[in-house]
Formats: sequence, C-alpha cells, structure tokens
Amino acid sequence: MSAVGSTLALRVTGLRKAYQDVVAVNGLDLEVRAGECFGLLGPNGAGKTTTVEICEGLTAPDSGEVELLGMHWKTDADQLRQRLGIQLQDTQLSEKLTVFETLRLFRSFFDQGPGADEAIALVQLEEKKNSRVGNLSGGQKQRLALACALVGDPDFLFLDEPTTGLDPQARRQLWDLIEQFKSSGRTILLTTHYMDEAERLCERVAIMDNGKQIALGSPRELIASTCAEHMVAFSAGAKSNVLDVSALRQIEGVREVRCDNGTVEMQVTELHLAVPALLAELTRQSIPLTELSTHSATLEDVFVSLTGRHLRDE
Amino acid sequence: MSETTAIPDIQARAAERKAPRGKAFAEHPLVQLTIVRFLETLREPEALFWIFAFPILLAGGLGIAFRNRPAEVLKIATVTPEITQSLQKEKLLAVQQLDLPSAEEALRTGKIALLAVAGANGAIVYRYDDTNPEGRTARMLADRAVQQAAGRVNPVASSDVLMREPGSRYIDFLIPGLLGMNLMGSAIWGMGFTVVDARRKKLLKRLIATPMPKQYFLLSYVLSRILMLVAEVGIVLGFGALIFHVPVRGSLLSLALVCLLGSLTFSAMGLLLASRAKTIEAASGLMNAVMLPMWIASGVFFSAQRFPDVVQPIIKALPLTAAIDALRLNMLQGANLIQLWPQLAVLASWLLICFILALKLFRWR
Repeated sequence: MSAVGSTLALRVTGLRKAYQDVVAVNGLDLEVRAGECFGLLGPNGAGKTTTVEICEGLTAPDSGEVELLGMHWKTDADQLRQRLGIQLQDTQLSEKLTVFETLRLFRSFFDQGPGADEAIALVQLEEKKNSRVGNLSGGQKQRLALACALVGDPDFLFLDEPTTGLDPQARRQLWDLIEQFKSSGRTILLTTHYMDEAERLCERVAIMDNGKQIALGSPRELIASTCAEHMVAFSAGAKSNVLDVSALRQIEGVREVRCDNGTVEMQVTELHLAVPALLAELTRQSIPLTELSTHSATLEDVFVSLTGRHLRDE
Repeated sequence: MSETTAIPDIQARAAERKAPRGKAFAEHPLVQLTIVRFLETLREPEALFWIFAFPILLAGGLGIAFRNRPAEVLKIATVTPEITQSLQKEKLLAVQQLDLPSAEEALRTGKIALLAVAGANGAIVYRYDDTNPEGRTARMLADRAVQQAAGRVNPVASSDVLMREPGSRYIDFLIPGLLGMNLMGSAIWGMGFTVVDARRKKLLKRLIATPMPKQYFLLSYVLSRILMLVAEVGIVLGFGALIFHVPVRGSLLSLALVCLLGSLTFSAMGLLLASRAKTIEAASGLMNAVMLPMWIASGVFFSAQRFPDVVQPIIKALPLTAAIDALRLNMLQGANLIQLWPQLAVLASWLLICFILALKLFRWR
C-alpha cells in the first residue's frame, strides 16, 4: 500500500470526461481522507454523478487518475469491488422480489459481510422483510438500496443522491442511518444537491459547478470564508422598483445585496446593528416593509455567493 | 477524524478481511441469480399465460376446428328422373331433382356442388366450378355412378382399407409446430424483455457495481430457462398426448435435446436483440420483426412446403423451421438425432453466431 493510500481513501487527479455535446467533468482533483464523510455538492448537471461513477469504476474517464483504497481500477478491479458499497442514483431494484430475496442475492456476490437478516435490521426494514420491493415506499426503497450497499461490509461507501425525492421525515430517518455507519470507520463519499444534508452529514465538502470544483472545506469553513454569518431577506412589495439599493450597501455590517423579483437578500455580519439600520433606511426612503426574515448563512448561500445562482434553479 | 488515526483504521479493516471461504450451495451467486430469475418469471402472471395457457388454448381450439370428420356427403342436382336414378346409387352423393332454372340458381349460389343434365345423343353434361374441390369430387363420383349404372366393368378390381390413425391428422402436425413456436416465443421474450427492463431500470448497472461475476448473470438466465423448459414442453406434449393422443415416436431423450438446443438458440437470439435496446418499445419492435416472418414461413400452422421452391432454402435456414422440422420428424416419424443432423446443424449455427454477436454488442447500461 502506498504512503498516500494509507491516509487517503480516495485520490482523484486531473479527471476529465466529455460526452458528445457536454463536458461533464473538467479537470477535477479530489482527496477523501480515510474515515471521513465527504460531500460532493452542486446543482443537477454539475458533474457529480459522472465523477462518482468514474470513482466506482463504472465509467472510464477521458483522462485523469483515480486511486481508491490504495488501488487502481485497471489492475485491482476484482479486489476493489469486494470492498466498495455502492448506491446508485435511481436504480430500480426488481419489484417482483421481496426485501429479503433482494438482499440475499446481493449478499451472495460478496465474500464477507452481514447476512440478509442482519442487513435488514441495519436499515430497520424488519417489518418489510417479506414484502415485495414494488410495494415499498420511496423511503423504504432507499433504505433497501442502502442495505444492498452494506451487505459486503464495505470500507468505502458511495452514496449518490441518497435522499432525493424523499419526504422530510424519510430523509431524516436515512440521515440517522448514515450517521450510524460513519462511526464504524468507513469512508463515505456522498453526493447531494441538498445543502442541509451536506451540513448535517459531511466533515468536508467540495462544491462542484460545471464539472469543476469551486470550493472545498468543512461546511463551517465554507460558510465563514465566502459570506457573512447571517442572511436578511425582505420584500418591499409594490415599491420595490423605487428602492435605492446602493443606500442599503452603505449600512454598516452589510456585505452584499442582491435584488431578485422584489425580494432583497443581504449578507450581514452583525445582525443586531444591521437590522435597525435597515429599518431606519427604509423609513427614510418611505418604503413599507411587507416581509422580513433572517437566517444563519448556509451552504446554499455559499453557492449563491459563488455562482450567483440558486442550487435548484436548474 | 484526523489523518493519523485514519491510518490504523483502514489497515485494520483491510487486515480483518479473511480469505474468501467456501460458501454453502444456496449462497452461491449463480444459485441465487437463478432462483431470483425463476421467481421473477413465476411472479409474472402475463408471462405465465403466454408460456403455458396460450399454446394449450390454441392447440385445443385448432384441434377441434380441424378435427377429421367422416367423408362428407356432397349435394348435387339433376333435371331428369333417369339421371337421378343412376346417381342415387352413389352413397356419397345427395341427389335432388329440380327444374332447370332453380337448379341453375342452386349451382350459382353454391347450394349444390354439381348439376348433371342430359346432353345430345344420351350424353351427360356436368356443370360445376372446377376451382372448387367439392365440385371436382362430385364430378368424379357422379361420373363413376353413371358409368357403372350404364354397365361399365372395372378392368382392375379394387377395395379400400380405411386408416384414421394418430400421426397423420392436423393436430399431429400442429402440436410440434406449436411447441416450436412456444420455444421461440418464451426464449426470445423471456430473455429480451427482462434484460431490457433491467437495463432501463439501471439494475444491470447496479449489478456490475457489485463483484458479481458477469458470466453468472448470463448463465443464470440459461439455467432458469432450462427449468422453465421442462414445464413448458411437458405441458404442451402432455396436453397433446392426453387429449388428442398425439404420438411421440422418437426417443424422449432426442426430443429433450432438440428442445434444449432450440431453446438455447432462441435465447441467444433474444440476448442479441436485447443487447443494446434501452426501451421496451424498441426491444419489442425488434423481437416482433424477427419472429413474425418465422411464425408465417416456418410451418407452425401449415406446411412450409407451400411456399415457392425459390425461397425454400431460405425457409429451411430459419431456426424456427429447423426446430419445428426436427420436432415433427422426431415425434411423427421417430427420427433419431443422427437423422436430424441438418436441423441440428442449422440451430447450432444460429446459436453460435447470435451468442458471439450478443457478447460483442452487449451493453450493461
């Protein structure tokens, strides 16, 4: 095992992949440390899934290197497959089979790992053990997909958009499960376009846009480095077109102001000073305030300040 | 987690991995894949209908429609009592005596097959449609009756021995045809639809993301196909034997081998047709385009000999023709495997070509 392989679970250098009409991944470098949960974030079409599928050995890159658990796909594919747990975006498992039959099948491919019953218990699907996959809810299907990724007792777990399309309760349930696995020394690479998911689960995140990494760090670092701590949003209603935005920028503690369809968003460092000053300024301009809200800055705000776009614009 | 603590973690986990132990039979990936494949088929009611119920309904329906009946009595008419009298001696003719206009009317509308009228000098004129087999038969029967009544003595004495044995009826011809059609349909559909469906649902991609040996995936299809084959062939043959007493004159082992080779050949064709298609619509278009000409030309319902001689070599080279010919030769004429070699060679060639092409073209995603 190389020196790099022992501290890094995954190292990606200079990765590039183009399809006929679009460059999906454009010179990407990534390092995932052993034992961490690493988040790959970005809007749909940012190149997350292509990146992950190259790392999983399912897609060949046009150029670039992937070193995974100290091994390479060209030479160690069989050994790597035994040690990876993979959950793909929107795989539909066979609807005619039961939960137990599905896991017994997947378990048969691996040399070691929990049995089908044990895997069912891991994802809390005991009650659905003998139900057909076709009769499961979206959240239950995702938990089954997770169990299929865990039956080989993997060292490295790939989760591609594990909670997309789930209701909030099912998402939280899946997060709880993923958090349990983090404690057992596994390395996880998670892709998501939900920033709250990354903030909750990941030690470090890389933000991707148009096939490139545009930011890297822990969620806290990213929020601290690229924008102020607080976000203030208000609506000026019908009077928004006469609003003097430049005056708002002069207010102490305001870092950036964005105007969007009558809603104004401001990045603010000191909320307790900025909000009274904002109210005073609006009164001076005789603009009635119809809505006012504040929240702590999130990774979503980081993405907006980096790209000028919202994550779910696409 | 810091990098220093990560080192023991990953090494410890790698060291914990034991050398792969021998697995119990039921835990073997090939066994699991085959079980799963078999369960999926059993849980598909529509597929079961087409494989099992459909050929029996078809055989039953056609067997009844084309059952052999006692020779039919043909209706003819005359306009003179003398001719009527001489014709009445023929038991296979029902003679009516009518006036000329209504007799002509009856002939025109097909109510009678032949009208016999008196011609000049005591001759008889038969009026009938020579493109109608009934008319031609009536002509022969009527003429024989008339000539015998007039005192003709046959120079050679003849007598009839009637044979209505199993083996020469339409149902005996039909059952091997249906069996061949069923072998083709269940193998091509069974292979084609399930593979394309699994590709469409990205299940194939998920499977190759596991350490599953890829050849096992294919092999599991073959094994579950053989399991189904036993039931499929057994039901059609059993139905034919019990209800219609269709014979199996060749050895059952040869028959089983013909069915096995046929099913493998059609499975390879199904795999080839499904090797790239990403939607069910595309796949079913392809499969129908391949199967339809064979349903028509390969002699399922009527003999392929009816097609012009020019196209016979092409028809003979079709896999379904080979399968059905081999089944008929075995079941009806008791041919053994050596006598069946031309058909077996055709099937084996298709198997090889389709399988090699399918492996080259196959996409998992």
